[in-house]
Amino acid sequence: MEISRHWRLKRQRYALIGEVCPHCQKKIFPPRDICPECSEDARTLYQFSGRGEVYSYTTVYQAPSGYEANAPYTVALVKLVEGPMLTAQLTDLGDEPIEVGMPVEMVTRKLRSDGERGMLVYGYKFRPRLIEASE
Amino acid sequence: MTMAQNAKTPNDVLIIGVGMTPVGEHWEKSLRELALDAITALRTDTVWVRPQALYVANMLAPYLSGQTQLGALLADFAGLRGIEAITIEAAGASGGAAARQAYLALASGMIDIALVVGVEKVTERTSSELEAALSTSSDADHEAVHGITPTAQAALLMRRYMHEYDIPDDAFAGFSLNAHANAVTNPQAMYRRAIQIENYLNAPMVSEPVNLFDAAPLADGAAALLMARTDALPESPPYPLVRVAASSVISSTVALHDRSDPLQLESVAESSAQAFQQAGLTPGDIDFFELHDQYSIFAALSLEAAGFATRGEGWRLAQDGAIAKDAGIPICTFGGSKARGDTGGATGIYQLAETTLQLQGRAGKNQVPGAKIGMAQCLGASGATAATHILCREDGP
Repeated sequence: MEISRHWRLKRQRYALIGEVCPHCQKKIFPPRDICPECSEDARTLYQFSGRGEVYSYTTVYQAPSGYEANAPYTVALVKLVEGPMLTAQLTDLGDEPIEVGMPVEMVTRKLRSDGERGMLVYGYKFRPRLIEASE
Repeated sequence: MTMAQNAKTPNDVLIIGVGMTPVGEHWEKSLRELALDAITALRTDTVWVRPQALYVANMLAPYLSGQTQLGALLADFAGLRGIEAITIEAAGASGGAAARQAYLALASGMIDIALVVGVEKVTERTSSELEAALSTSSDADHEAVHGITPTAQAALLMRRYMHEYDIPDDAFAGFSLNAHANAVTNPQAMYRRAIQIENYLNAPMVSEPVNLFDAAPLADGAAALLMARTDALPESPPYPLVRVAASSVISSTVALHDRSDPLQLESVAESSAQAFQQAGLTPGDIDFFELHDQYSIFAALSLEAAGFATRGEGWRLAQDGAIAKDAGIPICTFGGSKARGDTGGATGIYQLAETTLQLQGRAGKNQVPGAKIGMAQCLGASGATAATHILCREDGP
């Protein structure tokens, strides 16, 4: 079930809250407390905009247990406009072809389910950007 | 050739024997029986001396066999109850990492003879359970939770590679063709069948753009090495001595997305550079390279990061035939993970066993002509760990 594990991660999973390094200003996601750039303490919270673009993408057909119901699904490396990259599923794709560089935005969706009586895990996925927001 | 390479000391670490099981679906064999088969093969291969330590390389036993403490389990099962015995885990780099631990123990003088066994038993579970187990090699909180698999991660790298460099559709085919061609004459290989370019081009996709022939088949297998320090060598083994000229393990980020440049395998670059420095060698001195070809994109990226090709050009070595066993830089000379079969945490031990056979001149129809110096390198997931060894034939250059 891992209830406490998913609870601990709720800020980053639901709201895309990461960190900014007070020493070198690097934006950090997922949060890791030590800046990967300058190795100083970095615990200042930072709210990411949820906007980014597709760095690469592919389809998972043979899914791990807990994800079979959604297969096939699209996974991507998404480069956030603030700099960091993250791994997420793409969703709400419609008929639009996916391309490297395609603008996307964060939405909250169900990530996995552990059977009929199991817990549902929610978190971020990314969809094609609906409005061209100014950056 | 520098002084460093020719300087022989009593502290040199040697590989004095190898043993391997065929790679495949061993429904009739358990994890411990596979490991024992490899040890038994080793015992008939060389002068056997009771080792003081056993290092087991394994990745998936806790998930697929419900078994930890493989060190104690296998030592006991192999008639070695009482010796120091532990498991070393670094996903697909477990084998190289375990050999590194044996190297350190022997070089330190604390251990005289070490046994290293790589074993993986993957046919116990359904494919979704296997995918879930494999996904534990990625970042559980930030990658696996999104349903990503190792195959999908290789596909993300391959797609980006194809996006950044203008390459033909069949750019990676040469890696698969070479592996299958070499496996035909390897009695331990899972797929002893050559493939043609048409097979590659018509193969079904497993995760676009990774097709069936870009991905190595996961299978059961075990391999073993007996390692000793020169001054502790009990008697001369029946074959030429093979010396560990370099041993390096380097880590990088577990999560692919945490790398500023995912197409540059930093761990491979660092580990290779460290190994070349230890041995006093350059890529041009290497006669053959047993690299990590779990996915064909890894082969291209490894050739680039290790210094055998410039960035974006690794695939050309395959297309130009430079990786064949009689060409410039032979790779996967026994079929690699692609055609010998991918044995997870045991991969690095198969690589080192095959490298040893090449250097002893015992590779049969797989022999690289005149091989004196070989390099073996295995990766954990998409390069979170890189383990590199350079082996030299002791009467070599």
